[in-house]
Amino acid sequence: MELHVWSRLATLALLASAVAQDVPHAFVGARIEPVDAAVIERGTLLVRGGRIEAVGPVAGVKVPDDAVRIDAAGRTIVPGLVCSHSHIGSVAGADGSGPIQPEVRALDGINPRDPGIQKAQAGGITTVNVMPGSGHLLSGQTIYLKLRDVFTVEDLAIKNADGSIAGGLKMANGTNPQKDPPFAGTRGKAAALVRAQFHRARDHQRKLAEGATDPAKMPDRNLALEALVEVLEGKRVVHHHTHRQDDILTVLRLQQEFGFRCVLHHVSEGGLVAEQIAAANVPCSVIVIDSPGGKLEAARLSLTTGAVLDRAGVLVGFHTDDGITDSRLFLRSAALAVRAGMDRDKALQAVTIANARMLDLQERVGSLAPGKDADFVVLSGDPFSVYTRVLQTWVEGKKVFDFAEPRDRLLAVGGYGASDDQAMSLCCYGGQGGQ
Amino acid sequence: MRTRYACLLLAGVVVSGASAQDGAAPAPAAPAAFVVHAGLVVTMAGEPIADGVVFVRDGKIEKVGKAADLPVPPDLPVVRAAVVTPGLIDAHATVGLSGLLNIPHDQDQLERSAAIQPELRAIDAFHARDELVGWLRGLGITTVHTGHAPGALVSGQTMVVKTHGRSADADVVRPVAMVACTLGDGGRGRDGKSPGTRAKSVAMLREHLQKAKEYAAKRAKDPTTSIDLGLEVTAKVLAREIPMLVTAHRSHDLLAALRVAQEFGFRLVLDGAAEAYLVLPELVAAKVPVLPHPAMARTGGELKNGTMELARLLHDAQVPFGLQSGFEGYVPKTRVVLWEAGVAVGHGLPAAAALHALTIGAARLLEVDARLGTLEPGKDADLALFDGDPFEYTTHCLGAVIDGVQYLGTPR
Repeated sequence: MELHVWSRLATLALLASAVAQDVPHAFVGARIEPVDAAVIERGTLLVRGGRIEAVGPVAGVKVPDDAVRIDAAGRTIVPGLVCSHSHIGSVAGADGSGPIQPEVRALDGINPRDPGIQKAQAGGITTVNVMPGSGHLLSGQTIYLKLRDVFTVEDLAIKNADGSIAGGLKMANGTNPQKDPPFAGTRGKAAALVRAQFHRARDHQRKLAEGATDPAKMPDRNLALEALVEVLEGKRVVHHHTHRQDDILTVLRLQQEFGFRCVLHHVSEGGLVAEQIAAANVPCSVIVIDSPGGKLEAARLSLTTGAVLDRAGVLVGFHTDDGITDSRLFLRSAALAVRAGMDRDKALQAVTIANARMLDLQERVGSLAPGKDADFVVLSGDPFSVYTRVLQTWVEGKKVFDFAEPRDRLLAVGGYGASDDQAMSLCCYGGQGGQ
Repeated sequence: MRTRYACLLLAGVVVSGASAQDGAAPAPAAPAAFVVHAGLVVTMAGEPIADGVVFVRDGKIEKVGKAADLPVPPDLPVVRAAVVTPGLIDAHATVGLSGLLNIPHDQDQLERSAAIQPELRAIDAFHARDELVGWLRGLGITTVHTGHAPGALVSGQTMVVKTHGRSADADVVRPVAMVACTLGDGGRGRDGKSPGTRAKSVAMLREHLQKAKEYAAKRAKDPTTSIDLGLEVTAKVLAREIPMLVTAHRSHDLLAALRVAQEFGFRLVLDGAAEAYLVLPELVAAKVPVLPHPAMARTGGELKNGTMELARLLHDAQVPFGLQSGFEGYVPKTRVVLWEAGVAVGHGLPAAAALHALTIGAARLLEVDARLGTLEPGKDADLALFDGDPFEYTTHCLGAVIDGVQYLGTPR
């Protein structure tokens, strides 16, 4: 009986949401920061069918007669935030059996009902790179998610043009992956293990090429090496945890040797080697932490890293590393970078379009432009003010977070039950019970 | 208050004085007398003064008032800021004991060899020159209540100390402030050692308190009774000379702390208190001050029901509260109480209440209000200087003055 009611409710909701997607929505009168275009002081954002249809000054955007018109005067609208490094979804990748496990997929470990996902929505995050941890030289395949209101990881996943699930590969150096054998105990050993693995991947790549012309020579499938071949072919980006300046340079050295595409993550000492990073044309996803230290390699962590790297010409993004920092306060990371001297526009780019570029998603997300996914955040004020709240988060034209809804508010600020796994989200809308 | 700050921001903030590197104790190169001239002087003793001046002489505040009423003699150096507040006080930290590097040799906040060790003094463990002390000073925090961390049933003592970064002995304000206790999961023993359950924790604590009671009676009757360092300190708690600081998060643990405090009649300060909002009537009735967990504390484990609104909820219920950076096992190795307060303000705590908690409120809670917490003549010249609303993300702290010594480095 109960199941029957739920399934009917679910059907109704799906119908309602399908209708909602088709009806255009116009947010009129907001201050709009499109990120890749000039700020519009009084603008209209028009979305339809999950895409942005128009964005411009109120006088310049005609609101269709059938559109739902939303008065957004006094609000600020920014693109849905993109977090390039997060551990929401109670994700875990490789296990303790070895230091290099490229066959392990974050896809298979994510709990879509983890409250961290809803908390990220509450922070305005709409796209996120969910990664395994940094306790391995190579801890597995990452996954790029859209934070839709859905309950399977497949429905959360972003798909590539060929239908495959989008994601990168997580690697790490420095102290986190240093352990007893079979792990590496030193930096030299770590680099040697990684290089040997990439050589094996090259061999496999060559055999695959031979097999393409002569089926008799086609090698057996090798899940681990296949993922690395994708890396060698530039289809999968390496997301590399690295803190200390010498470790950063080691990543660049390996990246040059094997020619893979790479994003440097955390880069606590990135400011010390900004020129080398810029010369290598490798983007940086920077962590912002309230004080230096906490571990040896973060002793020189600096709030100025974003500003210094940006001025050196490096593409800079920020990330939550959730649970290291809280997704609900993601904009704060960019605000603290502004405090430490980063250009304001660049800081907003660093939580939107710059991260989208690092995930190869810049054509779809990261700015408010016609044709892009209708992912956006309605703020109560300046994105970089402590007094500003995320009021609503929209993904592909659907509202996934609304501060005015009690359950969403609970997730946004915390309180009793805020960290419990999500039940059917339908429970809490329209007064259907709830917790 | 926010609008008031916004209106009074001074353009082109000029700072003069010595600059200081983190970590190394800075040379006190400041003049013996100088004036801080600010667009807004938040004295915390009456209304904020627009276009005000604070006269500092020989480490103390000499006078405070409107610039128009107190002309500055031409020979006195002037430091300018948009906003000046009393030096900020972190009502509970472990900085100086839990060092920057987070490696065994700089972590002195928790000794695990026994469950109950009130004899451990903070003053013997505080490393004044740890870089994180300087980090806090650079963000306007001039005094910290720091010491032994949560994590053992009775982990040791706490102290109140300035953030000069010289030495524990030179910078101490109160060498023994409280005795730190932890109930709930956080206070369990490791590796099968007691206490292993909540009930056992409380039983062991009560036995210890009972023992201290008997010890005190024996010592009073016979002064030749051998000194027991631990019981000596717990006896001070029982004599209400110092409070017991009990870290607890779950609502039933908070009530257990109230129960024991009532039984033994000691002064209780609750720390963390993630679920305090569930037991507000009990807290109000018991008149117990609460140090809510940092607003940005991670909401896992016993803090899973934590809320960024906790300080606001306590304020609304008129529970006396302080604001703290707390203890972090990983990163950020020290939180910044100013920034935690900012997030609390962003979540509804009135800015005036937050400033109160960071200054005179904390000073009273820590019983140092005769010297600290307001900008009034005769008090220690401890000031925090800002170029705007202290709670705003993008405002800079221009530095601090402690005992009249200027620490005005790079704006942060």
